[in-house]
Amino acid sequence: MSVLDSKVPKGPLKTKWTDYKDHINLVNPANKRNIDVIVVGTGLAGGSAAATLAELGYNVKTFCYQDSPRRAHSIAAQGGINAAKNYQGDGDSVYRLFYDTIKGGDYRSREANVYRLAEVSANIIDQCVAQGVPFARDYGGLLDNRSFGGVLVSRTFYAKGQTGQQLLLGAYSAMNRQIARGKITPFNRHEMLDVVKVDGKARGIIARDLVTGKLERHSAHAVVIASGGYGNVYFLSTNAMGSNATAAWKIHKKGAFFANPCYTQIHPTCIPRSGDYQSKLTLMSESLRNDGRIWVPKNIEDVKAIREGRKKPTDLSEDERDYYLERRYPAFGNLVPRDVASRAAKERCDAGYGVNATGEAVYLDFASAITRYGKEQAKIHGISNPSDAKIYELGKGIVEAKYGNLFQMYEKIVDENPYETPMMIYPAVHYTMGGIWVDYNLMTTIPGCYAIGEANFSDHGANRLGASALMQGLADGYFVLPYTIGDYLSHEIRTGKIPTDTPEFEEAEKSVKDRIDFFINNKGTHSVDYYHKKLGNIMWNKCGMSRNAEGLKEAAEEIKALREDFYKNVSVPGSADELNSELEKAGRVADFLELGELFAKDALVREESCGGHFREESVEEDGEQKGEAKRNDAEYAFVSAWEYKGEPSEAILHKEQLEFKEIELKQRSYK
Amino acid sequence: MNLTLKIWRQKGPKDKGSMVDYKVSDISEHMSFLEMMDVLNEQLINEGKEPVAFDHDCREGICGSCSMFINGEAHGPDRGVTTCQLHMRMFKDGDVITIEPFRAKAFPVIKDLVVDRSSFDRIQHAGGYISVNTSGNTQDANAIPISKHAADEAMDAATCIGCGACVASCKNASAMLFVGAKVSQYALLPQGRIEAVDRVKNMVAQMDLEGFGNCTNTGACEVECPKGISLENIARMNREYLFANIKD
Repeated sequence: MSVLDSKVPKGPLKTKWTDYKDHINLVNPANKRNIDVIVVGTGLAGGSAAATLAELGYNVKTFCYQDSPRRAHSIAAQGGINAAKNYQGDGDSVYRLFYDTIKGGDYRSREANVYRLAEVSANIIDQCVAQGVPFARDYGGLLDNRSFGGVLVSRTFYAKGQTGQQLLLGAYSAMNRQIARGKITPFNRHEMLDVVKVDGKARGIIARDLVTGKLERHSAHAVVIASGGYGNVYFLSTNAMGSNATAAWKIHKKGAFFANPCYTQIHPTCIPRSGDYQSKLTLMSESLRNDGRIWVPKNIEDVKAIREGRKKPTDLSEDERDYYLERRYPAFGNLVPRDVASRAAKERCDAGYGVNATGEAVYLDFASAITRYGKEQAKIHGISNPSDAKIYELGKGIVEAKYGNLFQMYEKIVDENPYETPMMIYPAVHYTMGGIWVDYNLMTTIPGCYAIGEANFSDHGANRLGASALMQGLADGYFVLPYTIGDYLSHEIRTGKIPTDTPEFEEAEKSVKDRIDFFINNKGTHSVDYYHKKLGNIMWNKCGMSRNAEGLKEAAEEIKALREDFYKNVSVPGSADELNSELEKAGRVADFLELGELFAKDALVREESCGGHFREESVEEDGEQKGEAKRNDAEYAFVSAWEYKGEPSEAILHKEQLEFKEIELKQRSYK
Repeated sequence: MNLTLKIWRQKGPKDKGSMVDYKVSDISEHMSFLEMMDVLNEQLINEGKEPVAFDHDCREGICGSCSMFINGEAHGPDRGVTTCQLHMRMFKDGDVITIEPFRAKAFPVIKDLVVDRSSFDRIQHAGGYISVNTSGNTQDANAIPISKHAADEAMDAATCIGCGACVASCKNASAMLFVGAKVSQYALLPQGRIEAVDRVKNMVAQMDLEGFGNCTNTGACEVECPKGISLENIARMNREYLFANIKD
């Protein structure tokens, strides 16, 4: 039998969670006062978990590297949050949300977890409204919805284009209430640098005060990791500059299995890179694809002319354009899922049809949407024989109302007016579905150590649906972990305060200190960013939107060599006992340099194409789906969970077989 | 383009600090301001010098971390953007750019351009929340109808990113726009009315305790706010505050 026990409760899918909650162990309020919990990360998952655990009566300590919990990168989510409320009466239900999530994840997630997620989703909206989150409303005063991510119902709740911000401020306000009550002690500008295990259980962490550089020991009866995803392993991504995998990687090295590292989501509608100095990429909501048409020139001469500035995209007639998504996927057209749209853009650019100087951009054109809306409006307003100028004016008004803020953002960054000339877009790394392996209780393979939100692997399989990241973060933090952690903590009521003057803490602190001293004393020749960029290049070119065995083997070798060079030649200025952002980055990049290799190894093992993971060797050979991704359910319907054994190349693979009882597995088709 | 940068360097909170001149060359107009700072820092590291410390994170104008006072303006010369969204095309070859931290008594400098804005957090601890448990057993979300107008207005107030540009721009280092925005968001929603009296009193008391100045209606905060938070929020807070005190 596998060493992995998912602990999924018995019984029918629809009543599993309720039955389980009814029989789970509880901790009485008087005992909760004597139990400490550490939460690392204060985004949607960590913030909501910290607030709820404190409210239940546990003593909570939160840690974040930002200067305030409110700045965690959940704040940047634009579009919305899914919930099976069926307020629109369009046939939505818990089952449908469950089904869409499993299918969207290309049948690589755990049924019981996903069903629970769909089940608690409606409560999230109730909770957030009660907290004062200003969701969009219709004129009758009720909540408004939009449709999102190519599903058949309208179940996405939103607050303008800033849904993540508003939900995070909601969780932050719940934290503030508990901070005021003394139940949460926030440690901002702190970074967790190791987990401490005592008798096999997670018992605390070593954290560095990023302002003074002082190392601190913090003990607790349980440690919750809510530190987000590892998209920055690519250097360029839509993640925040500080987003990192260090907390997750540290627990991995101490015994937490890392699941499906190769599952990455690459989002199709981002603003292209403009040069080598680029520090991060900016995403624009995928709602743009509802009205924008994606194309590149048909003739390579036109591509050259455009790049050299001899022609403008608007000079090209309709037959000189290749609307490649509409051509390849007539049924879904520009609305194919994120992974399909991203790969199609790469295919055209790799063939030499990229339209900007870097050769990595395609057009997203709103001209026909403006004309279509303009004609519609002319009809509505009873204007007969409207002039082209009038049609443009009316149509532009509609497009502006729908996407005005995105157009403005684009113009600020690119300095081109997207009403007059097509936008340029290119895919960028956006989200990582893989993460720390957790059981049904969200506990890792280290007893007493939990992982929630993007940091775990549990709910999105090989590909995540739009507007589901926010849902999962809050579901884990508000409604799942607070129950399941009680089951574990009920055995800790007699433990008492955990001392930090023990050999285990001593040793952990010493190894953290040694590593910091190493970086400071290394006095090498290259900056941390030099290595981070090199790593990003390898990842993007060989572990990016499409992967093959040869490239993945090379990637693993190259990353290993880069890591060795890093340890020899990295230079970190300044000292250890002050605010030192280069030192912070060095530690994070060191961890990415290990994670990247495991990523390549995982991608190599998975010889199928599924969701965000596309293996060039695994495509449909013939028929209507020729050339499209080919999944292999017979051999690969499992979760890869990697056990750390020193070098990433020595990691051991454990498989959790996925069982689908409620859903029939189907190949996705968008033709 | 080639630029001269005059940057505030301060080793730590107790250091006196001073402006130091730097030169950067071959700066592309398409770079963001912070990417230009990255170029400078890479240059300093390669010269064996200490890079300039500054706060930044999302680099897309929403986290509120970045906080530079550029040529005498919070977040620089462009309107409606944070420092990370400011682009070098706003400057020209040969320009001299002064870069300072957000200055206020309640925002002490930690290092170089990094300031301590935890006073903002403490004001929120004093009342920036609705006292509702996160148990999930609240009433159905649609049981509280809220007019679209009120919801939109609350949303406008709630877009504040807590960067502190308002404080840095104010000659009195007042935080009234920030506090007014938070008070307004809750005051405009029925869920927030229940605790409205205590909230405004407690938050204002904490704001005063932190050493922020008073508002003298200059309006610089509104002009420099990257999110366009309106002065109306200060007026609303003043009304709420007056009402709360009359009620006592």
